[in-house]
Amino acid sequence: MASILTNLFDGVAYGMLLFVLACGLAVTLGLMNFVNLAHGAFAMAGGYICAVLVNNSGWPFFAALPLAFVGSAVIGIALERALYRHLYSRSHLDQVLFSIGLVFMSVAAVDYIMGSSRVFIKLPAALEGQIDLFGVGIGRYRLMIVVICGLLTLALQLILAKTRFGSRLRAAVDDPRAAIGLGINVPQVFAFTFAFGCGLAGLGGALSAEILGLDPYFPLKFMIYFLIVVTVGGSSSITGPFLASLLLGIADVAGKYYVPKMGPFVIYTVMIVILLWRPNGLFGRTAAR
Amino acid sequence: MFNRRKMLLWGAASTVLAGLCASVPARAEDAVKIGLILPMTGGQASTGKQIDNAIKLYMQQNGDTVAGKKIEIILKDDAAVPDNTKRLAQELIVNDKVNFIAGFGVTPAALAAAPLATQAKIPEVVMAAGTSIITERSPYIVRTSFTLAQSSTIIGDWAVKNGIKKVATLTSDYAPGNDALNFFKQHFTAGGGEIVEEVKVPLANPDFAPFLQRMKDSKPDAMFVFVPAGQGGNFMKQYAERGLDKSGIKVIGPGDVMDDDLLNNMGDAALGAVTAHLYSAAHPSQMNKDFVAAYKKAFGNRPGFMAVSGYDGIHLIYEALKKTNGATDGDKLIEAMKGMKWESPRGPISIDPETRDIVQNIYVRKVEKVDGELYNVEFATFEAVKDSGKTKK
Repeated sequence: MASILTNLFDGVAYGMLLFVLACGLAVTLGLMNFVNLAHGAFAMAGGYICAVLVNNSGWPFFAALPLAFVGSAVIGIALERALYRHLYSRSHLDQVLFSIGLVFMSVAAVDYIMGSSRVFIKLPAALEGQIDLFGVGIGRYRLMIVVICGLLTLALQLILAKTRFGSRLRAAVDDPRAAIGLGINVPQVFAFTFAFGCGLAGLGGALSAEILGLDPYFPLKFMIYFLIVVTVGGSSSITGPFLASLLLGIADVAGKYYVPKMGPFVIYTVMIVILLWRPNGLFGRTAAR
Repeated sequence: MFNRRKMLLWGAASTVLAGLCASVPARAEDAVKIGLILPMTGGQASTGKQIDNAIKLYMQQNGDTVAGKKIEIILKDDAAVPDNTKRLAQELIVNDKVNFIAGFGVTPAALAAAPLATQAKIPEVVMAAGTSIITERSPYIVRTSFTLAQSSTIIGDWAVKNGIKKVATLTSDYAPGNDALNFFKQHFTAGGGEIVEEVKVPLANPDFAPFLQRMKDSKPDAMFVFVPAGQGGNFMKQYAERGLDKSGIKVIGPGDVMDDDLLNNMGDAALGAVTAHLYSAAHPSQMNKDFVAAYKKAFGNRPGFMAVSGYDGIHLIYEALKKTNGATDGDKLIEAMKGMKWESPRGPISIDPETRDIVQNIYVRKVEKVDGELYNVEFATFEAVKDSGKTKK
């Protein structure tokens, strides 16, 4: 019984992590209709920023996390202004070719600067080990992930649904021409949203170094997981990818625990079944225009 | 005007050509070329860098002339992709006319070059790849690294003798992982041990959590682990996070997981892990102390087992050339290498004249803290271990 609950908890933590990593992609792909395969590169940037600050400059881990967010967001906005915006109106194939090129460049650049071996972030002692909650082993680090990601999700949902910026963004996505006519600065809204998505990915990258491992191949290795989350969740809202992440996280952990021989395939099986049942994802309006 | 310019150009070109013609044959006669093919980029890059460093160090210490011939290293990067290895080996042999090919970070790379070594009749010195079959693929292959059978059988024997009865295994699902698992299982169960749980982890595995939970629930005395060197750190951290260290489940395995190159970054979670391997930077011989000090001074970090394999590989080439008085005939060189014995930083080693594979001591080591850094401290030695993984003839 105890190990079932521990597994459930691990699955939720893993799912939450996937969500923070991938939700920026849900925004660019779903809301802005831009296929950004380089999303993982921003996550990697955040991870390395955090690692350098903590390991080399001696920053405390919790102070480095926001910096990972800000750093990735700044890189995101610079690239958006310099490169991405020219491709918004191009075909999806152009976008794919462009962003995959960016992935390879980021891999080579990080390999050159930081070296190809894995990087670990030194954690404070308070985050190491497990606590025993009514006989259920709960990893402290994973507990922190669940808390941070849970709060982030709530905040995102509120921003999108309740704030003026949220309604501007939704308007800009639904009909950019009408939105411009109403005086909304659409390029600015997009740039800001893009940067925010990159920042979230950076934060996710910093958090995931401990669990997923951080090396220059990060963007290639996890691209497939981000895409699965977005396809299964449907890319038209935040709730879709969130529930999809949780479902995939739990299914992955449970699959690997109960049927280790089948373990790696469970996540793909779940994806195929869901897509057969709902081709637009769990909560898909038709996102493609 | 036009004519004069053209004349000048021709003049310049012919001078260059003449220079080339004059220099090529002169150099080819008293130079020995070694084509070094290593992964210098990509996931295996640390292997390539260590070997390259070690060879540079050896040549600094021993000079670049042997038996009157100048040694010339031509380094090529194959990024551990066997197709590249094959193409590069061919270019080196045909265009650069190398006398040796050496390096080879992974098994498929070493195998890809094997038919070329046979055809060209030049020695292929394997300095990293560790699957048993490699030396059987060409009579011109010699190995100075190790085989997984050497370390995995030893840790199996050691576990049985030291009161470990129930073991759960966690190995990466690829050729070296399966090799390690099978050799360990053979020796461990033959000695009366029991495997209570066997888990194969996908090679590109993001999270060890569910597998580790399964290990914990099966309550073994120890868990046998083989994951690619880069994943070892993540593994040990999650092992500690889940409290497996406190529940008395030891980590045992072949020493690749606790590579000196990465060990110090793993943190205290790695403390107490027992592995069997060919080399530890903490090996207590004077020769090794000098080697580690020189390597650290030149490159700023400590050498791992790959560095030692490269160091011994170039030593083998030097010694073979001395024996043949600088003759570069492939068959003579291989004959000279067979049975050669010497003292390496890792301890006494030799080349098995039958299999051309390495014979070496395998040490059982435990991760301990020495002067604030993590080291594999050796506490038991199995002497002159041959590769037991060769197909029985």
